[in-house]
Amino acid sequence: MSFEQDLERIEQIAAALDRADLTLDESLALFEEGIKRLRAASDALAKAEGRVTTLVEQANGALEERDASQ
Amino acid sequence: MAALTQMAKDVLEGAFPPLWIRGEVSNFTAHRNGHWYFTLKDATAAVSCVVWSRDTVRIPAAPDDGMQVMAFGQLSLYPARGQMQFMVRALEAEGEGLWRKAFEATRLRLEKDGLLDPARKRSIPRFPQRVAVVTSPDGAALHDIRSVIARRNPSVDLVIVPAAVQGESAPASLVAALELVARWNRADVVIIGRGGGSREDLWAFNDEAVARAIAACPIPTISAVGHEVDFTIADLVADLRAATPSAAAEAAVPVLDELVYTLAALRQVMVAGVQRRSVSARRDLTRGAGDLSIRATRSVERRRARVQHVAARLDALSPLNTLARGYAVARDANGHALGSAAAFTAGQAFSLVLRDGQVDASTIAVRHGALPTAGGAAT
Repeated sequence: MSFEQDLERIEQIAAALDRADLTLDESLALFEEGIKRLRAASDALAKAEGRVTTLVEQANGALEERDASQ
Repeated sequence: MAALTQMAKDVLEGAFPPLWIRGEVSNFTAHRNGHWYFTLKDATAAVSCVVWSRDTVRIPAAPDDGMQVMAFGQLSLYPARGQMQFMVRALEAEGEGLWRKAFEATRLRLEKDGLLDPARKRSIPRFPQRVAVVTSPDGAALHDIRSVIARRNPSVDLVIVPAAVQGESAPASLVAALELVARWNRADVVIIGRGGGSREDLWAFNDEAVARAIAACPIPTISAVGHEVDFTIADLVADLRAATPSAAAEAAVPVLDELVYTLAALRQVMVAGVQRRSVSARRDLTRGAGDLSIRATRSVERRRARVQHVAARLDALSPLNTLARGYAVARDANGHALGSAAAFTAGQAFSLVLRDGQVDASTIAVRHGALPTAGGAAT
């Protein structure tokens, strides 16, 4: 699940909970899902420093990422 | 004849160094052998001109009759006809006419193939994790993009796909780099561009093959060529045109702090929504219990139990809950709250949910009876 998909779903859930036209069960089920996805999204943001690499094609045609952080 | 024309040719070429001449183009012919022939004239004189096919490739477009041009070349003599001719090596039209003509011709061909249709434009992902940059590895553009991304969101991965961005090899190099990105297919968005330069420096980004490679790229593309004023064919084909490489990086990568804030705000909306719902459920229940007959009481009791159960789950999840004050919830394997000693049996496994995690536990012994009120009983 990508960050983007998580965030879109959280936005849907927040909008649904805000409308308050759901049953209690529905609200709670959505809330649980929302919190779960929120944690995943927060974890994705807390990811370590991004990498800088150079994409190179090797002689055999395979693609390789070489570190280019310098 | 041969000796005479050869001598005349040597005299002409010796007498005139390579030079620029200016005039109006007439009788232009592109011969099928690849050479171009035309006459340059002004009010009183005319000179036959030729552009050898190897030199035509460096000229953006063939001139039209009537165009005012400057031609650079060598005056010579064509022995087979005994005719003086000017061998053109570079050609420029007034008002950058040839560049405009080449640009327009390419634009029309791409338009005819539907590649400039606004409906083709894909949206740029809002939160890319990996940004590919097709540009010169030593250029100012890469430097700018790197620093903007590092400032806005250092957790984003940057993948450099090196390409020549000017000179005769640039179009093929850009096409190859774009094909590499497409084959790799792991970037969320591609920035293709370079820093500012002269019209000639930027010309690879008006190349038709480059435009078609951008259109064929399976990943959304952002073009970023030169400065604000520079507009290229690549800009027309890309999903988004950024005025500069820095602007492209800003368009591609959102600010991390804003994302963190967005998530916190969404959390507040969800918590407030579900708390409101749970309060109204409790209120309905209380009102319902007062109204209902004994026959209905059992159903109310069931609903009350359910509400209490879900409320416990809600409390366990809510960031504004009692857990934050150091309390814990005991839950069985199915996630049901274990709210009384009667719910436990010796040896039974359960988990304790605390504000910062969960503890797997097992019941050693069960002792019934009220705890002191000041104690740390689980809620």
